Amino acid sequence: MNTVIFRTIAPLIVSIMLVFSVYVCLRGHNEPGGGFIGGLIAASAIAIFGMSSGVERVRAAIRVDPLSIAGFGVFIAGLSGLMSLFTGSPFLTSIWLYLDLGETVLPLSTPMIFDIGVYLVVFGTISAIALALEGEGGDI
Amino acid sequence: MDFVLAIVVGLFIATGSYFLLSRSLIRMLLGLTVFGNGVNLLIFTAGRLTREVAPIVPTGLDQPDGPIANPLPQALILTAIVIGFAMFSFLLVLAYRAYQSLDADNTDTMRVAEPEDSPRPPLSY
Amino acid sequence: MATATPSVDLSEAMITTVTPAADWVIVLPLVLALMGAALLLMLRQKRGIAPIVAMLAVAGIIACEVMLLAKVLQVGPVSMTMGKWLPPFGISFTADIFGAGFALAASIVTLILLVYVQGEREPGDGSDGFYSLVLLLLAGVTGSFLTGDLFNLYVWFEVMLIASFGLIVIGGQPIQLDGAIKYGFLNFLATSFFLLSLGLTYGLLGTLNMADIILVAPSANPAAMAGVAGLLLLAFGMKAAAFPVNAWLPASYHTPPAAVSALFAGLLTKVGVYAMMRALVVLLPASRDLLEPLLASIAIASLLIAPLGAIAETNLRRALGFFVIGGIGAVIAGIALPSLHGIGGAGFYILHAILTMTALYLVAGLIERLTGQTDSRRMGGIYAAHTPISILFFVLMLAAAGVPPFLGFWPKLLLLEAGLAQSGLREGGAVDYLSLAIVVALLANAVLTLIAGSRLWAHIFWRAGPEGELSEHRSGKLQPLSLREARFGLGATTVLVAIVVLAGLMPEDLFTAARMGAGDMIDPSRYIAAFGLAGGTP
Repeated sequence: MNTVIFRTIAPLIVSIMLVFSVYVCLRGHNEPGGGFIGGLIAASAIAIFGMSSGVERVRAAIRVDPLSIAGFGVFIAGLSGLMSLFTGSPFLTSIWLYLDLGETVLPLSTPMIFDIGVYLVVFGTISAIALALEGEGGDI
Repeated sequence: MDFVLAIVVGLFIATGSYFLLSRSLIRMLLGLTVFGNGVNLLIFTAGRLTREVAPIVPTGLDQPDGPIANPLPQALILTAIVIGFAMFSFLLVLAYRAYQSLDADNTDTMRVAEPEDSPRPPLSY
Repeated sequence: MATATPSVDLSEAMITTVTPAADWVIVLPLVLALMGAALLLMLRQKRGIAPIVAMLAVAGIIACEVMLLAKVLQVGPVSMTMGKWLPPFGISFTADIFGAGFALAASIVTLILLVYVQGEREPGDGSDGFYSLVLLLLAGVTGSFLTGDLFNLYVWFEVMLIASFGLIVIGGQPIQLDGAIKYGFLNFLATSFFLLSLGLTYGLLGTLNMADIILVAPSANPAAMAGVAGLLLLAFGMKAAAFPVNAWLPASYHTPPAAVSALFAGLLTKVGVYAMMRALVVLLPASRDLLEPLLASIAIASLLIAPLGAIAETNLRRALGFFVIGGIGAVIAGIALPSLHGIGGAGFYILHAILTMTALYLVAGLIERLTGQTDSRRMGGIYAAHTPISILFFVLMLAAAGVPPFLGFWPKLLLLEAGLAQSGLREGGAVDYLSLAIVVALLANAVLTLIAGSRLWAHIFWRAGPEGELSEHRSGKLQPLSLREARFGLGATTVLVAIVVLAGLMPEDLFTAARMGAGDMIDPSRYIAAFGLAGGTP
């Protein structure tokens, strides 16, 4: 797995996959896609990066411990559910905000925040597992 | 079609149970996975099989155009698959660690927690 | 793309009224537990903060659950359905007296445990995710107690399972791996069986909402529903370690550190048996009647075999594991006697088991720490050196066996009353021998548990030296507790034992609550009404 071709092409694949994962996550509200599948794509990118350049470089590049990212994901998913407390509705009720940007209307919502939370949870957990398995006998 | 799937579910669960009866941890793990897939297929079948389209609301409409497939079993199965995957990976790592440190893949020889030569209970107060 | 004003009439599927913020007490415990676990996962590297954050989160959970319990006692079961949906759409959370009460007991036990581990662990050491996993476990337990949806119950079971997997292997000793494998495989198999019965339930009834199941189940094929109930009994029986499928519990509960096994013993099996009670008594009462002989046999076998196992066992925490199984037998005996007294006694017993079993394992942890041994034959001579610990263990042993006036006596009294009433012995008519056998088994269980417990007590505290040598001498091999261990470990355990003793001395309110809870379980109309479904009386 350490050929020149793979090492040269890996950064390109990784960056494309990361951008694509964000696209898949955001389109997920009304079309196939979503935070779960987006997070899986991003975690696969991290796994490929780890194969090509070694676990240490990946950990340095992410800067944050992947499991902390997962924790942050759960946290903001919970926060997105708590927001409906202020609108007099039950937990997890969606709140929509339509931003009028002149040419187009940008719909923002709490399900989107929830989905980003899911994205981060999946990304964090699967990356942590992948990096631990790629590293030599490391603990998660 | 339901009958075919019911037979397949039965085969999956029978195969899974057979593997689970093995002494080898890896076979047991495979058995659990096959068993879990059988269960997922059962939920899918229980949600009624249709040849209708995927449950996606077309752009510009507020409700689906005509009959659609039942989305609930799909959501249930997705949840079950994710959980099953997490459990499987944990148990796989556990079995590997046990192989490393207990040197045992065979559950018969795995007697650290329950020693085979445990002494008789004391007879007096 | 969604538009601001949908053209579809949603009034049949969604709530149009405003939900008051006070209704949120039913979901806040879960949200706090999950978000606390997430926060602790982020704070893993920060030493010193983790225990404080964990305790604050659990204190917040306790506050919410006290409010929830007060509300349930006042107005009956309360419910909230996520995302403004109307049941049976959407995931419902519903608390009745038993659910809210057990959730409160579970979080109180967790708070005491968090204080207890401060004595054991290096200060502020949370880098292995211990605190995060404890909160995740509490989230799973609370969710299982409060949910009103069968599939959601499965999800909380798995949350609980994955957290307990993490906790049982912390430390990574070979014995823990061994225990974790048996625990992991069999519990995962149990949840697979649960999922299997969920799939069949959905296929037969088309719904997984608990109140909706109560309404729809009578019209389904009784034979098929009995099969589903049998599968549920197997799945929850495995989770609860009821007799024929109990082997994993004594094989695994003694392997992790004492604090972790205390948490497991207090919470996990109780969730299993509570789910069994909810599924068989509330959701599928007709199938429960069909399964009654089976339930009674399971209860009798668990009640008799568990204390015999404890007598035969020399490893202290393994012997306590058999006490846990005996308690499960008592609860199942209540499920097999579906009267107000029977179900009330079963619910009361779950509360007693949550508190007493945790306390027993905490004391066992202190004893193991003092002697450095896990085998009761090699302990001994603690009585003279540490009288307080011997008193704590003695009180808990009496409470577990059900000696008046301790906590375990009262639920057993209710169960005996239910058994005698059902046996028809007092009326002088036809005698129901199965109920009579349950009564005998309950009494035999108390005697056998007392024998097993007092013998453990004598071996651990009195004997100093090899078997046959009778003495009350102070053992010279003890490693005295440090100040920190005495303050946190012994202090927390004493508080929990004090709760057990006080609850045993003043059981009147608990009797009232048990009767109300059992009433809602036997006649679920108030429970159904809480969901807002037709068919229940408001």
